[in-house]
Amino acid sequence: MSISLPPQPMRETTRGKLAINTLRAQDNLDEAAVDAFLHERQVPIIEGAKCTFLYRGEADEVHLLHRIVNQDQRVPLRRIEHTSLWYVIIELPYGSRVEYQLQLTRDGGTVQGNDPLNPRVAHSPVGSSSVCQAVGYVTPAWTQPDPEARPGELLDLVLPSKALRRETHSRVYLPARYRPSSAYPLLIVHDGDDYLNYSSMKTVLDNLIHNLDMAETIVVFANPGDRMREYPNYAPHARHLVSELIPHLEEHYPVMRRPEGRALMGASFGAVASMSVAFRNPDMFGSLLLQSGSFVFTDIGDDHGGGPAFDPVVKFMNHYRARPRKVADRLFVSCGVYEPLIVPNRSMVPVWESTGSTVRYVEARDGHSWENWRDRLRDGLSWIYPGPQKFVYE
Amino acid sequence: MPPDDHSESPQSSITLLGPQRRPRVDAVLHSLELHSARAAIINAGWREREPEDELLVSHTSGNAVNLRLWHRMQEVWDADPEFAAADRRRRMILEEMQDLYVIALDHVIDALRAMRDRVPRSERIQQTALADAEQIMRQIDQRHLERVNEVHATFWESWPPHERPAVQQRRELVTAELADAEVILVPGGHVGVLVGAMHLFNIAPQLRVPIVAWGAGAMALTDRVVLFHDRAAHGPSVSEVFTSGLGLVKDTVAFPGARERLDLGNQVRMGVLARRFSPAQCLMLNDRARVDILPGGGLPDDAPVLDTDGHQTLMGTVR
Repeated sequence: MSISLPPQPMRETTRGKLAINTLRAQDNLDEAAVDAFLHERQVPIIEGAKCTFLYRGEADEVHLLHRIVNQDQRVPLRRIEHTSLWYVIIELPYGSRVEYQLQLTRDGGTVQGNDPLNPRVAHSPVGSSSVCQAVGYVTPAWTQPDPEARPGELLDLVLPSKALRRETHSRVYLPARYRPSSAYPLLIVHDGDDYLNYSSMKTVLDNLIHNLDMAETIVVFANPGDRMREYPNYAPHARHLVSELIPHLEEHYPVMRRPEGRALMGASFGAVASMSVAFRNPDMFGSLLLQSGSFVFTDIGDDHGGGPAFDPVVKFMNHYRARPRKVADRLFVSCGVYEPLIVPNRSMVPVWESTGSTVRYVEARDGHSWENWRDRLRDGLSWIYPGPQKFVYE
Repeated sequence: MPPDDHSESPQSSITLLGPQRRPRVDAVLHSLELHSARAAIINAGWREREPEDELLVSHTSGNAVNLRLWHRMQEVWDADPEFAAADRRRRMILEEMQDLYVIALDHVIDALRAMRDRVPRSERIQQTALADAEQIMRQIDQRHLERVNEVHATFWESWPPHERPAVQQRRELVTAELADAEVILVPGGHVGVLVGAMHLFNIAPQLRVPIVAWGAGAMALTDRVVLFHDRAAHGPSVSEVFTSGLGLVKDTVAFPGARERLDLGNQVRMGVLARRFSPAQCLMLNDRARVDILPGGGLPDDAPVLDTDGHQTLMGTVR
């Protein structure tokens, strides 16, 4: 089964003059007028589908940098005469969320950074970016701490791995009201600390479990060593999960010992790792949660254009596509329509379905980012491990 | 169903209510002239939160006993690991049956949608085909419930509860506590746990005084428990027959919190729901609902139900 984007409501378009054009039409524009214009105004200015990005300051050139696929990703801002205010208007569809930065050129040099007029910032392992929340985008309430939700507990787990020839560092999430006498489904998360730090995943788990949207689950946040080696289809990584980590968890925690009680998840290369571990261990995992998977493949030749890091991915994906087989009964797959990976992700849905897996596919007007992955967590987690909501009636 | 379940035992009045987020149990007890009655509370549906009954007790005369069925069930599992293991096996079987049954239902729902969306050359032929598909759904429901009942019957036959001392001792305690109850309150919670606990402690034949129930409690008193949630986080799910209830309210499927949980505006969906369980009625237990069940277990004329076209109406109009 596939699910795509929600329709864009027609009424969310703006009639009348945009604020920036009203300003430009003023006579005798000066810095005082700019002060008044910016006073208590949220930037970028969202007026229906039109988003006005601004920069105030001295520069020779100002560019907006974003990563929306198939669009000009370096867009020049125009300076309003007699002022230090620069602007550009970009149209973003309903519900979009876009991360961006500004690039300033002055005296031959360039600097790049977040939008000083916009307090909204998203963080990731490679730094932070400004965030434009277009009309229709709302930060989901369940991603924010809820004082009513009883918190689960995070425990450090250090486990030596013969397979990986290193010490592994993970965190084990035990849900609130954890009882050793119960049996819990297990979810192993690739890039675990990043999901905790940049996708608020502990808060999300606490809230979803509290709201009965998701089953009480033991979640292991696993972390890579050399990520670019371990995640793109690496046999020792699969061996570590299946022969070391899971047996350790089964020995020390009351996790279910059957496929429908085991799931893997990850984003980007973490999604490739999830899929390749399941591929190498058929009937071991009941569900996979794959976000913006780097499922790059080629139909002809080996030239994939992704650079050497993608070589093992492409080799694995081409091999898989030549003879696809079921990797899990249920696959939740999500991807942002603004990222280049949207094409391979869309292309993989029918391939997985052809193997007999049930696939739930969700797209979002977002990019390759941790907040995109955060915002899709409820859809995914409540589907792979549904909570007891259907059993509970007040 | 436990072997010693006697659903034919005489019992007194039954009142079903909508969700009690703004409780009005006290007003209901007053109207039933039970405001000073000794109450027994069956709060097992809330599992580990079973003891949290202060608010409910404050709506009674204060003279109330919590039967602690969930707590006592945990004691049984601890005291009788062999019995507990058998029960776990039963639950695993039921879980798998439920999963497979839902897969079958999903396919019928998809088929109904595809047939309905197709532009018909003959509307009559389309309607006949849709009715046939709905009939298949009813057969799947019926067969599933029979198989679930078979699993329960086999379990109770293999593990007679009165032969398990841990069960028998606690049954006696529950019976003693129920002996002087003048009204029984059955709140909501997890309907599976609630029904399971009520069966384990053989509650049905002991319900001889007025009962006031809501949420999962209302579902447990009917003859068929149907799980439903059109507004689940992962999208609308197909309503699924789960188990037999105590059968005190006849020919009724209870839908607590219907306005919140059902897509009532979708008349096609609601129509399928109503026809699927017909001749049983789909009882809509919304926030302010109060339904005083007729002697014999039938619905009164003012009970809010769905008609077979999916509209909300009153029982009197569909009788």
